[in-house]
Amino acid sequence: MVENRPFRDFMAYLTLIIGVVLVAFPVYLAIMASTFDTATIINGNMPLIPGDQTLENYSRALFYGGKTAREPVIGMMINSMIVAMGIAFGKILISILSAYAVVYFRFPFRRTAFWVIFITLMLPVEVRIYPTYKIVADLGLLDTYSGLILPLIASATGTLLFRQFFMTIPEELLEASKIDGAGAFRFFKDTLLPLSMTTIAALFVIQFIYGWNQYLWPLLITTKSSMQTIVIGIKKMITTTDALTEWNIAMTTAVLAMVPPVLVVIFMQRLFVKGLVETEK
Amino acid sequence: MEKRAHFSGWTLPLLLIVPQMAITVIFFYLPASQAIWQSFLREDAFGLTSEFVGFENYSAVFEQPEYYRAMVTTVIFSTLVAFFSLAVALLFATQADKSLRGGHGFKTLLIWPYAVAPAIAGVLWMFMFHPTLGTLGRPLNLMGFNWNPMLDGKDAMILLVLSATWKHVSYNFLFFLAGLQAIPKSVIEAGAIDGAGPMRRFWTIIFPLLSPTTFFLLVVTIVYVFFETFGIIDAVTGGGPAGTTTTLVYKVYADGRSGGDLGLSAAQSVVLMVIVIALTAIQFRYVERKVQY
Repeated sequence: MVENRPFRDFMAYLTLIIGVVLVAFPVYLAIMASTFDTATIINGNMPLIPGDQTLENYSRALFYGGKTAREPVIGMMINSMIVAMGIAFGKILISILSAYAVVYFRFPFRRTAFWVIFITLMLPVEVRIYPTYKIVADLGLLDTYSGLILPLIASATGTLLFRQFFMTIPEELLEASKIDGAGAFRFFKDTLLPLSMTTIAALFVIQFIYGWNQYLWPLLITTKSSMQTIVIGIKKMITTTDALTEWNIAMTTAVLAMVPPVLVVIFMQRLFVKGLVETEK
Repeated sequence: MEKRAHFSGWTLPLLLIVPQMAITVIFFYLPASQAIWQSFLREDAFGLTSEFVGFENYSAVFEQPEYYRAMVTTVIFSTLVAFFSLAVALLFATQADKSLRGGHGFKTLLIWPYAVAPAIAGVLWMFMFHPTLGTLGRPLNLMGFNWNPMLDGKDAMILLVLSATWKHVSYNFLFFLAGLQAIPKSVIEAGAIDGAGPMRRFWTIIFPLLSPTTFFLLVVTIVYVFFETFGIIDAVTGGGPAGTTTTLVYKVYADGRSGGDLGLSAAQSVVLMVIVIALTAIQFRYVERKVQY
């Protein structure tokens, strides 16, 4: 183009570098805070270079927990991991099966079934929390992994994503499989499933992050501290008006809470972007 | 839309669809219909008996001054977050779209806050802007700004807007970048040949072509501010100080938990559902227009 490229590129780099700094700075501070003792942070002069309490803080947070919430973070991380994995795999399983049924079969009430699932897109769990809580309580699922997982997979996003993908698969594939004598099960296992791997992985990334980051639902239905997830656990560590907050342990926990989902996004960036753009549009 | 080739029989497909149906009915339709039903009932203080009261709960909701306050808070909060997260994301996306060396690296460095939980984002910003020990909050006070999000409602709102925007910029950035990359370069080059400068090209060619993406992101961002920021609000301010950061969603939660008035809480939920359904309907009209079957 006609403009002076070096200047244009310089401005672009400058803007992007400022952007990266703005995005990273809060996290940088949290990482620094996780390397000091409580007193250094409380006096308000925390240096911007690492301290010497790193090992101490991480081992204490992981295996002993904070002063106000004496629950080891390792337990919370395991709970978060189970919930995130449960939501990701649960959602993939139920939605790939239902999308297969809707796309590749003709059965009574097929359209009705599709609409019944489709409508769930409109209502996030937040607006029906108390009635959902009541049902989960009546089923005896409070403080259980099923209670944490099942209500959060009741939505249509996965089904729509797989349906969209199946619609792009050429019909000749099914016809060829049928000529080869494959039944519904063989076609699913040998043809459809291998073709869907990218979509499955993309949906996995999105659902894992969604599950790991849940807040309101676990807050409501977990009463036992042993069932706590890490995102909830950290809130109990910061009593913002209290001078005794162990900010070093709270920030250590925040760093630990960010590691798994951020790694997933960084390492599976391509799939994550694909899944995101396709589920939303 | 329909596949010509398909399998026959109907027991297998029904079996395949049963798990999703069961979960949807139990954890979606049952509670959603209960919320609607409850909004027409009044329970006594012990929750033992209930009577049908028609729209009384709704009129009670709309008589509360706190409800209007929460509504105003929600509108201010969503407007600010939507404006800043869209504007900043668009700025970054236009810069990253220029064919730069290392462009891909910048993309990675800018998108990862998507993975951070809203509540954690709130806690990070709370720490940074803590009035007595925060790396940025303390200097503010030393300079005489009298900054304290724990006591001052305006400061609390600023903190929430900053953390909610920080968390959401990455999402809008991704979609804007995808939108920009879909614009044919030849259109922009034609503008350049006609003598339009970079700013003029942006506002007369690129921005109008991006408007569907912008509109889609506006709706998604509003829904995000409504629901996902619950974690930020609860972790950072708890709706305070003195109710200044209580949004409509936070009020449903707080009223149901402390007040125990389920009818009132349910009526509020239903009002919210109507708002969200309206927003979603708008979004779908847009999708229909955009996607050509």
